[in-house]
Amino acid sequence: MTVPISWYLLLSAFLFACGVTGFLTKRNVITLFMSIELMLNGVNLSFIAFATRLQTLDGHIFVFFVMVVAAAEAAVGLAIIIAVYRTRETLNVDRVNLLKL
Amino acid sequence: MSALTFLIVALIKIAITLGVLLTVVAYTVWLERKVVGRMQNRWGPSRVGPFGLLQPLADGIKFLLKEDLTPPYVEKNIYLLAPGLALIMALTSIALVPIGPVIHLFGISTPVQITGVVDAAGQPSDINVGLLIVLGITSLGVYGIALAGWSSNSKYSLLGSLRASAQMVSYEVSLGLSLVGVLLMSSTLSLSGIVHAQQSTWFGVIPQWFLFRGQFVAFFIYMIAAFAETNRIPFDLPEAETELVAGYHTEYSAMKFAMFFMAEYANMVTVACIASVMFLGGWTGPTISFLPLAVQAFLPLVWFTAKIFFFLFLYIWIRGTLPRFRYDQLMAFGWKFLFPLALANVIVTAFFVAWRA
Amino acid sequence: MHQFLFIVFAVFCAGGAINLLVQRKTINSALSLIVVMGSLAMIYLLLGAEFVAVVQVIIYAGAIMVLYIFVIMLLNAGDEEASKGSNVAKYFGIPGLFIGGIIGIGVLLKHRPNDTPLKLGALYGPADQVGMLLFTKYLLAFEVTSVLVLIAIMGAVVLARRSDS
Repeated sequence: MTVPISWYLLLSAFLFACGVTGFLTKRNVITLFMSIELMLNGVNLSFIAFATRLQTLDGHIFVFFVMVVAAAEAAVGLAIIIAVYRTRETLNVDRVNLLKL
Repeated sequence: MSALTFLIVALIKIAITLGVLLTVVAYTVWLERKVVGRMQNRWGPSRVGPFGLLQPLADGIKFLLKEDLTPPYVEKNIYLLAPGLALIMALTSIALVPIGPVIHLFGISTPVQITGVVDAAGQPSDINVGLLIVLGITSLGVYGIALAGWSSNSKYSLLGSLRASAQMVSYEVSLGLSLVGVLLMSSTLSLSGIVHAQQSTWFGVIPQWFLFRGQFVAFFIYMIAAFAETNRIPFDLPEAETELVAGYHTEYSAMKFAMFFMAEYANMVTVACIASVMFLGGWTGPTISFLPLAVQAFLPLVWFTAKIFFFLFLYIWIRGTLPRFRYDQLMAFGWKFLFPLALANVIVTAFFVAWRA
Repeated sequence: MHQFLFIVFAVFCAGGAINLLVQRKTINSALSLIVVMGSLAMIYLLLGAEFVAVVQVIIYAGAIMVLYIFVIMLLNAGDEEASKGSNVAKYFGIPGLFIGGIIGIGVLLKHRPNDTPLKLGALYGPADQVGMLLFTKYLLAFEVTSVLVLIAIMGAVVLARRSDS
């Protein structure tokens, strides 16, 4: 009972594509950030699948780095969102179109 | 062991563990009311059965028969999902805890641990990353509380769950770091492996528990963080009744409230289990040689239960003693005192382990 | 068994991802993202990456998503509102997704002879070996990442602090 690696890659590509679609169509800043997380998760899956294919643990390490960067991005991004919300009182990215209030 | 035997043994272990856990949860509530009552110079529950021992049963019947209100203007799906999520996350982590050594019954040998198996050499073994799974499940437990507060559409619930999620995420850091010292000394992440590393004794008397091997600072950090993780006094800000009515479960009634209640006590039991496994040697303890062999076989379970109830009593004792922290005090304490202390403990332990190696 | 489990969790994953796009309420999107992350952790387990799977649950589902939900609760983020920009994106985004998907499937089908079947738990990744690799071969990257995290923490503190004089 085996699963071909292409199945894993297809799932990974699907997650990435969903992330891209969400990033392009959604207008809520928080949802945009979540779409980015979805893309990162899709990439992580292909890292793990290729690590298994190549029989090396290096892919696992890259997943950790992606996770750390995602965590840092979430912390800074959400802080920015809170700061924007304080001045603009909106989360819609289209309404945040002025450099200065 | 064939697949069918494995399945049957696993199901029996799950049934027994779950039954015992739920009973312990119910009687912890009774114990708490009784002990706090005595500390405040009153009787506590005394009407239902001898010493009020049937009180948990009466409470359960009451919760079942009460009207199950769903307030209007709640987010229905999430509102119904939240208590179940909280309870499931609280009950699941007991599966990882090694409760006792390998037992031999009807020609089958298996450790008293749901996820444990016996390897070819007859030694107990379990999931390699058991401790991390427990931490993961604990961190998922935040969702029950956070979603309950959000979906209730009430300001008290929202404030309570905001406090809860910030508090639990903050104290999880110290909780995890306090366990790193033990992991450095035992060099395994498997819970049964950690128990195994504490089995020997000094001079045949003093057990080599990690608490006595220099991890007492970590133990205190763990206990403080655990009180915050389980939302108990003095850190019960999420349900502070003087400010927030009942915090995140203000809008819940009947069985849904009971599920939150059980989740809190099940979390207390889990935290006590992890504390005794990590610092107090789990089910290890002195063997008493003059007892008959049949009784001696039960001694590990007795030691484990004794340790759990020591921690549960500590919870109740502190509830009867300490007032509640203010929220800014809680955050400052967690980040400015507990977190640096936990880091220092990790560094000192790492140097110690490296120096000895 | 491997195929069955993979299909179950892949369906959960894909369903969560689609649900993230379809839902108009931010909190529902966040919840479906948690489903995606949880089932991804299971798929990692199928490939034998047990440490990565557990870390995925602790970091992603247990910390990052809690932060998202915290912010959603704090700002009381309600429904998604459609605007001119989102319509433009819809006309370019969804065709783009289709084209990208067709190209991806085409590339995969072209390399079909190289398609290796993976066994259950084909590469066992225990914590000690991963850690050994992290602290030897990738030590420099590890240190640089820690500096990045430090900068991110300071940035978050500075950004989120109220600038009252």
